[in-house]
Amino acid sequence: MDIRKIKKLIELIEASGVAEIEIHEGDDSVRISRQSTVQVAAPVAAAPAAVASPVAAAASVAPTVAAEAPVEEITGHVVNSPMVGTFYRAASTNASPFVVEGDTVAEGDVLCIIEAMKIFNQINADKSGVVRKVLVENGSPVEYDQPLFVIE
Amino acid sequence: MLSKIVIANRGEIALRILRACRELGIKTVAVHSSADRDLKHVRLADESVCIGPAQSANSYLNIPAVISATEVTDAVAIHPGYGFLSENADFAEQVEKSGFTFIGPRAQTIRMMGDKVSAIKAMKAAGVPCVPGSDGVLDEDDHEANAKMARKIGYPVIVKATGGGGGRGMRVIHSEAALASAISLTRSEAAAAFGNADVYMEKYLENPRHIEIQVLADGQGNAIHLGERDCSMQRRHQKVIEEAPAPFLTEETRSYIGERCAKACIEIGYRGAGTFEFLYENGEFYFIEMNTRLQVEHPVTEFVTGVDLVQEQLRIAAGEPLRYTQDDIVIRGHAIECRINAEDSETFMPSPGDITMYHAPGGPGVRVDTHIYSGYRVPPYYDSMIGKLITYGSDRTSALARMRIALNEMLIEGIKTNIPLQRELLKDAVFEQGGMNIHYLEKKLGM
Repeated sequence: MDIRKIKKLIELIEASGVAEIEIHEGDDSVRISRQSTVQVAAPVAAAPAAVASPVAAAASVAPTVAAEAPVEEITGHVVNSPMVGTFYRAASTNASPFVVEGDTVAEGDVLCIIEAMKIFNQINADKSGVVRKVLVENGSPVEYDQPLFVIE
Repeated sequence: MLSKIVIANRGEIALRILRACRELGIKTVAVHSSADRDLKHVRLADESVCIGPAQSANSYLNIPAVISATEVTDAVAIHPGYGFLSENADFAEQVEKSGFTFIGPRAQTIRMMGDKVSAIKAMKAAGVPCVPGSDGVLDEDDHEANAKMARKIGYPVIVKATGGGGGRGMRVIHSEAALASAISLTRSEAAAAFGNADVYMEKYLENPRHIEIQVLADGQGNAIHLGERDCSMQRRHQKVIEEAPAPFLTEETRSYIGERCAKACIEIGYRGAGTFEFLYENGEFYFIEMNTRLQVEHPVTEFVTGVDLVQEQLRIAAGEPLRYTQDDIVIRGHAIECRINAEDSETFMPSPGDITMYHAPGGPGVRVDTHIYSGYRVPPYYDSMIGKLITYGSDRTSALARMRIALNEMLIEGIKTNIPLQRELLKDAVFEQGGMNIHYLEKKLGM
């Protein structure tokens, strides 16, 4: 089973009031249980066809889930992805990231790269400030409007 | 069979494609705009990716975004539905170049059929009857040649943009005095609308019916036709009601024209589902254009033939040969489709907004293809068609009766719809008889 999918399921559990999820997909299966008793309002809308296919509803591993999973409030200016692609924090595998949390950036500074169709697009800061949070992991797929950074 | 595909469309057709994928065990990726997060198929799909803002140009028509979404989800193919990028040859080409399967014909076929002049040339060569015409692009400055051509064809003539289609970029001319200026004007409009000023000339048929032939070809040397659809009930070139089979057409006529279309598919190397559109007048068929994609009204053909056209598209894209021979296709019974639009029944103004209550009709021979549900918000950014109501009966009378009953049961509250208009049309005496021409509905509406 895809590690990305498992990661999304963990985020889904964390973000919702669900205690345990068990998914069977062909020969693979995974069960994820929550230990803490924290109740969190579920930001993820349940699919209307949950009746027809409970597995499908739970496993709706849209990248949108990742975007809605963070429980803490996001204060500050959110930089959203202007496109669909793969998110990279550095210009190449050996290079250091363009920005890390705590860095001060000026408007126009390169924050990251989003690769789409073999073209590497530089994403620039649209506001000056301090990078408070990096919301996406290196090498993850991102969709349009997905929150990438928080700049204060 | 394909492992996972991207559904590059929205609304009812995206849901239709998703259902066909579910049955075949194909995983689905719903790409959508930020305004379409709550589309039914987006919620049901295995994965979803937001590819852009509400405006189609930056989302559903955004080629890099669609292909990029296919990359990041490891999908293997893209189904373009109808409209949007479905007949965009550049898109088909880029999809294939990127290593994915475009569920439809090859890019060069789309390109050839997208240019109306080359399409007509190809059809003539394949033995498909065409409208008498200029057989080529008109030279704006050669007034004498154009006037001679129009005299030969016989007035009234129609000048059409070669890059157009679907009723756009055309002008009817009744006399030689109006010819030169009409050609110039149509050229300007074509340049503005399609980026291509080229126009051609055809005989204008005054009272034709719109009859189209559905085909399936596997790109491996097999092609069949699945009979015809009558789509004569139109308003401003938009179809309102469609049916299969076409009233009063004989089996002989169907075979005659159907066989020519299937043969043309083989000659042009067609692959996938397609529709040959004809004007039918005085017992003669005249080819006008070919749609190299699935059509909105495909359900009526599915009802009378028992073939699932979307599934066959997926099978063909997966490299399977056609499962049916021509003899397997038997037209049985009659089907009617009413398009359901979010618009005022009298003014035709679009009516987006919240659907406060939706109740679907049901019963034997009733099919509803829609993505709407109670609480769904119809966005203002897209086409106003929100669904299709299709009925089937053992004969036309039964299909009509079931449609009347279904239209009475169907309830959509919170927005305006054309259901009241459809109810009126189903009571119309001329429509009840069948065989009306493409101007009838506009005449009835006093246009």
